Amino acid sequence: MIKSELVARLAERYPHLYHRDVERIVSTVLDEISAALANGDRVELRGFGAFSVKVRPARQGRNPRTGEAVSVDEKRVPFFRTGKELRERLNDGVDGADDEDNE
Amino acid sequence: MNTKTLTRADLTEAVFHAVGLSRNESSQMVEHILEEVCGALSRGETVKLSSFGTFQVRQKSQRVGRNPKTGDEVPIAPRRVLVFRPSHVLKAQINGQDISSLHEAE
Repeated sequence: MIKSELVARLAERYPHLYHRDVERIVSTVLDEISAALANGDRVELRGFGAFSVKVRPARQGRNPRTGEAVSVDEKRVPFFRTGKELRERLNDGVDGADDEDNE
Repeated sequence: MNTKTLTRADLTEAVFHAVGLSRNESSQMVEHILEEVCGALSRGETVKLSSFGTFQVRQKSQRVGRNPKTGDEVPIAPRRVLVFRPSHVLKAQINGQDISSLHEAE
């Protein structure tokens, strides 16, 4: 599913809304999440998952082709952790036999 | 840096300000967006949201794990896990780079 398909599916649920408004809403939600992460904040959506930012410290790397040492600056990377409910949902029906409790 | 946590309520508020929906409808809309994404993923579909990132379901086969406390071997059943790959745009944005120059690298 790509963004336009998501918008189309939502537009079906909201026949009274303009397509471009649905598009705008989806973009708003994604932009809001991106902006929070850019700000260093966490985003927690219960049942879906949580986004956070991890800091990778600066390190001495190497150009694998030339073997030359290069310094790699500190960088921040977004990280997503799947929520419990979605994780369970993904595994429903795939292997119904295995339904034991996790430790 | 003091870390805040953005929640559904914040997304609802943003939607409410973006278009002329009521707060109630905005909250429902946020819920429906998440629901559509979850639905696609649970059908095994990959969800690609341009300039944001890609959610992909990966199949993990069975392996032998260990209870770290007791050292007992326990089988870990085959399962499906979700991975998120951030887009170049999102990565750049998080690192405070100018994103106007690199629209869609994917």
